[in-house]
Amino acid sequence: MAKEAGRDVVRFLNVVKTYEEGAVNVTALNGVTLAVRRGIFSMIVGPSGSGKTTLLNLIGCIDRPTTGTVEVCGQAVAGMSDRAITDFRAHKIGFVFQGFNLHPVLSAYENVEYPLLLLGLNARERRKRTIAMLEAVGLYDHRKHRPNQLSGGQKQRVAIARALVKEPELVLADEPTANLDSRTGASIVELMRRIQREHSASFVFSTHDPHLMSHAEETFMIRDGQLVDHRVENGA
Amino acid sequence: MSAVVKIAFRNLRRNARRSFMTMSAIAVGAAAMLCFGQFIAETILEFQTGVVRQNGHISIFHAGYFDFGAGNPAAYGISDYPSVIRLIGNDPVLKPLIRVATPTISMFGIAGNYGVDASTTFSGNGYVPADLRKMGSWDRYGLFRGWPPIPIGITDSDESVGVIGVGIARILGECAALHVANCPTPPRVADVSPAIGAAPPDFAELAKRDMTSVAPVHHGAPRLDLLTATSQGAPNVASFFVIGAESQGIRAIDDSYVRMHFNLARRLLYGRNSTEATAIVLQLNSTADLALAQERLQFLLKSRHLNLETRDFTQLNPFYAQGEQFLGAIFIFIASIMAVIVLFTVVNTTSMAVLERTNEIGTARAIGVQRSTIRWQFALEGSLLGGIGATAGLVMAQLIGLFLNALHISIAMPGSSQPSRLILLTSSTAAPLMIGVWLVLVVVAIMAAWVPANQAARMPIVDALRHV
Repeated sequence: MAKEAGRDVVRFLNVVKTYEEGAVNVTALNGVTLAVRRGIFSMIVGPSGSGKTTLLNLIGCIDRPTTGTVEVCGQAVAGMSDRAITDFRAHKIGFVFQGFNLHPVLSAYENVEYPLLLLGLNARERRKRTIAMLEAVGLYDHRKHRPNQLSGGQKQRVAIARALVKEPELVLADEPTANLDSRTGASIVELMRRIQREHSASFVFSTHDPHLMSHAEETFMIRDGQLVDHRVENGA
Repeated sequence: MSAVVKIAFRNLRRNARRSFMTMSAIAVGAAAMLCFGQFIAETILEFQTGVVRQNGHISIFHAGYFDFGAGNPAAYGISDYPSVIRLIGNDPVLKPLIRVATPTISMFGIAGNYGVDASTTFSGNGYVPADLRKMGSWDRYGLFRGWPPIPIGITDSDESVGVIGVGIARILGECAALHVANCPTPPRVADVSPAIGAAPPDFAELAKRDMTSVAPVHHGAPRLDLLTATSQGAPNVASFFVIGAESQGIRAIDDSYVRMHFNLARRLLYGRNSTEATAIVLQLNSTADLALAQERLQFLLKSRHLNLETRDFTQLNPFYAQGEQFLGAIFIFIASIMAVIVLFTVVNTTSMAVLERTNEIGTARAIGVQRSTIRWQFALEGSLLGGIGATAGLVMAQLIGLFLNALHISIAMPGSSQPSRLILLTSSTAAPLMIGVWLVLVVVAIMAAWVPANQAARMPIVDALRHV
């Protein structure tokens, strides 16, 4: 994975995001300024409705700020066309969703391979990377299974493999353990943490579960759309 | 692209029941369009076959005959028709195109049956029997394969016999003698002329001269006396023995139609030894050659400074062109209704698919799938629904066609004296129609899918991901 050590993978400068809900404007993020360091396991923690998902959406370039500046992987995303920003996501950002969001008509193998098709890689390279990633998440034997033939934990592992197979600069995981039991959730966090270490990937993980904070090298506490705390673990 | 196709096929299987219902609707629409379209096409071809058998493809007239000749056919005759036929027959371009080139005579006059003291105006048509027989066997589209030859009612051996319309048989009181079914007997007229049963003396004299010169004995065939004006304006009478009455499909024609030998018609109109005809009828091997033949013919006539003009069968039979347009309009109307049904069915199916797969759309967009790919994904699914449904419709239409053809159903076409057989999917029009219907339905399905597909592609990603 391409890394530029010493630089931030995400930079927010006074970012505000408001939504219109009927006649009312709801402020989801209110003047957030932060920097996420490259190559570490970062966590955004906050209660439900605090703005974690909005923050991740902006980091993931699937939403645009109302005001403020967002810079991801060294690229200011404001002003990019939809085509360019979609292409940017395809190359630079991997997503792990709370609800797994696997394509139901594709097998585990095909789900993992799918982002590589978007990159235009040849069949041999796709196969090599897909198999390696399925083996890394321990699901090579389940490669032909459709999502409905997998457990919740297995689905999330496929989703992690899908996010990482294209070797993105940044992986975003929006409450990936929320739909899992605590034991499976812990194993998923362990898996993500291991892969993050092995690949020195930049991970941003959101959760409302304070117990998972121990896994983070850097933690951003968010409440009512504002950054209220920022912690960096020793050695990170 | 292969992933898009793979996903499209799997999505159709994923909602198998819905896909099946949509494809069934398209298939039924396609089959209906094809069967009806074929029925229309075959009807038009049968109609064309009937017209071409009777009147050929092209008629050559003296200039002005078409506009004024009916009022004075004698004055607008073709003076030396054998040389014109020779000219056409020897032309290297026309020769291979032409199947029959024959003179005909059309005239008007009075037909009298003095046995019942009745007379009526008639419209007479004189044909060369051998040529008319050959024209009657024209079956370029194979619609009447295996059918017996149509009786022409005139013979080479006896110039004085022919057929009349059932209407003229009724008017002249010859239904019983000609075995015409459902034909009322004329009531007795109270004020009966004392001369009933006998022709006026001058007509009788003329007819007598005619009979003694040409007419052989006719075993019980009703005799009519045909009175016309010759080209010199003098009255001329010929005895005509009716060996049959035919329905012409249209009452006005039935009431005046007389078909006779060309020589008898010529004798009535131009005199015994004339070489005149009112028209030369050309029947081509194929209607497809009509434009070429007509162009060449006009060139030939012009280059020889012949004061002749041509008309094709659509000009001479406006009913044909009107019928073709009318049937075509009905087909377009029915096909449009079918297309609209298909349109709404596919719109509904694709809209439901978009709604159900909103979260998938959001996910795909988030991981880097372009809007255009999302759009094509749903459009492709629509086209697959349309393509598979339309293909099933083609098969269904073939089976329906085979079934109906096997039943040998006879139908009566409007304005036709001959029965027709209901035949589907056999003529050369079947393949273009099938391709056309298939393409139209696939295009309609793509168009129908395009609107919801576009909505899916333009959906905000965060909204799509939030969708449950």
